[in-house]
Amino acid sequence: MDRVSAHFPEAVVERYVDRAGGAWAVIHADSLPKVATLLKNDPELEFKLFGSMDGVDRLHLAENDPRFEVVYILYSLKRNEHVRLKVRVSEAQPVIPSLTPLYRGANWWERLVWDFYGIRFDGHPDLRRILLYEEFQGHPLRKDYALRDRQPLIPERPIKDIFRGPGTSGHS
Amino acid sequence: MADSHTMPEAKGHNPDTDGSLPPEGELESHLQAKHMVINMGPSHPATHGTVRLKVELDGETIVKIDPEIGFLHRGFQKSCENVTWTQCLPYTDRLNYLSAMMNNFGFLNAVEKLIGLEIPERAQYIRVIGSELHRLTDHLTCVGATGLEMGGFAPFLYGMEARELIQDRVTELTGARLTTSFGRVGGINRDLPDGWADKVRKTLTRTEELLAEMDGLLTRNRIFVDRTKGTGVISADDAIDFGWTGPALRASGVAHDLRKAHPYWVYERFDFDIAVGEHGDNYDRYLVRMEEMRQSIRIIRQALDTIPAGPIIVDDWRIALPPKPEVYGTIEGVMAHFKLVMEGIQVPPGEIYDATEASNGELGWYLVSDGRGRPYKVHVRAPGFPVLAAVPHIIEGKMLADLIPTFDTINMIGGEVEQ
Repeated sequence: MDRVSAHFPEAVVERYVDRAGGAWAVIHADSLPKVATLLKNDPELEFKLFGSMDGVDRLHLAENDPRFEVVYILYSLKRNEHVRLKVRVSEAQPVIPSLTPLYRGANWWERLVWDFYGIRFDGHPDLRRILLYEEFQGHPLRKDYALRDRQPLIPERPIKDIFRGPGTSGHS
Repeated sequence: MADSHTMPEAKGHNPDTDGSLPPEGELESHLQAKHMVINMGPSHPATHGTVRLKVELDGETIVKIDPEIGFLHRGFQKSCENVTWTQCLPYTDRLNYLSAMMNNFGFLNAVEKLIGLEIPERAQYIRVIGSELHRLTDHLTCVGATGLEMGGFAPFLYGMEARELIQDRVTELTGARLTTSFGRVGGINRDLPDGWADKVRKTLTRTEELLAEMDGLLTRNRIFVDRTKGTGVISADDAIDFGWTGPALRASGVAHDLRKAHPYWVYERFDFDIAVGEHGDNYDRYLVRMEEMRQSIRIIRQALDTIPAGPIIVDDWRIALPPKPEVYGTIEGVMAHFKLVMEGIQVPPGEIYDATEASNGELGWYLVSDGRGRPYKVHVRAPGFPVLAAVPHIIEGKMLADLIPTFDTINMIGGEVEQ
């Protein structure tokens, strides 16, 4: 992290250590690709393993401006440590540069965050919903999405060239 | 969503769809091959979970594959965010139904670190024993099913026999077979039953015999070796880039195991080795799992021999329920009990990312607490998620038959991948 601060002093918004001693850094959304590139490719760092990522909706927290946080967990096999990055985005413009060109492992996680929080990733090759269906309205992990909200069943999709077996009318 | 695959127009005469008879001699001339899209799943017996694979085939070669998940999605995060920390435990059990205790303890480990809590030594030993027992059942199922789907029924039966024996021990310990909910914040639910350690030792001896049988039936079996060796190959660099962990990564030759890299509980006191493969193919993933089971047996034996006496849960009524005589006999006990049940454990505000080594790899938890008795955010980093994401990369351009062993050995678990 010291190295990142030294290279890109303007990229780091905030740095702190959590209760268990884990190091965190909050990064400007625009600088995320270059910080990640440094973390991945610097021979001293080599954070090559894309651990995980997820979003946080800070709507009900004391500090909630901007509303969303996206958390990245990277791991370095060489240094045997995790690094935790964060990017904050507002509700009005929830767009972050995608890390998929850098880490192929980011592909599905970014789809997951898009699906659940509605945060878009600029440059993602295939930003579809991953766990929910395309017709789903809204993003269910946002805190203003009600726990018991229900959505209507969707009609069957038309599928070309489908053959249905005996006992059916033949075509849908 | 419009289906992303479109059927290419059949070129020329096609005996499968045209009503007329083919010209004389064409049926004998060559096998007709055309592009086709098939669906495997959502509940195909070889997919070990509910996943739909849209496979585009050219003959027997896979041109494109698109795994579609979400059929088991039950809103894990949202559910956790609306109950107390303790009430999350049954949800975590169901992430991977074959290693419930590992998910359970992994979540608790993160919560305890968020509180800043040290659990009693005996509880740490029991957590290690429980985790390794469930690592055994998980791997036994995976290896047994791999054998089964390669055509060998006997190895599967041997695996099931060993798994049944271990699950009997788990039942004696926890009262449940699959979804145990055995952990508690600050320790565990119950102490070991009388005479349980000896029963476990006998079970482990029998498990070793059964493992040797499975080893003899599979490891040098011509069909099994032909179908797994050199199929589903992934290089170490690619595996790391996709975020693989656990046995799947170690089979590619990376000796990374969180039990050694970041020892938690009392793992650093035990003598065991990391199983590492070389080629990153299905055969190596199978071998790594076999070796890990032997190492787990080693760990359990050492833990049973050296487990100390003492409490199994912290003596702090803000975190653990008071003993029943206190609840029934004192007003402080009643109040502590009531507050814990109604309000939940008051975890101080903060956030944490913590990971343990589950049977399929790094099980990570990113937790945020706002100090109000319920988790504000529970993120689970399921080990199967990045592994499944890499399937198109390793299987495109290969044969359809390679898909089955690949899917077996990566051991995708629906419950955790789909949350």
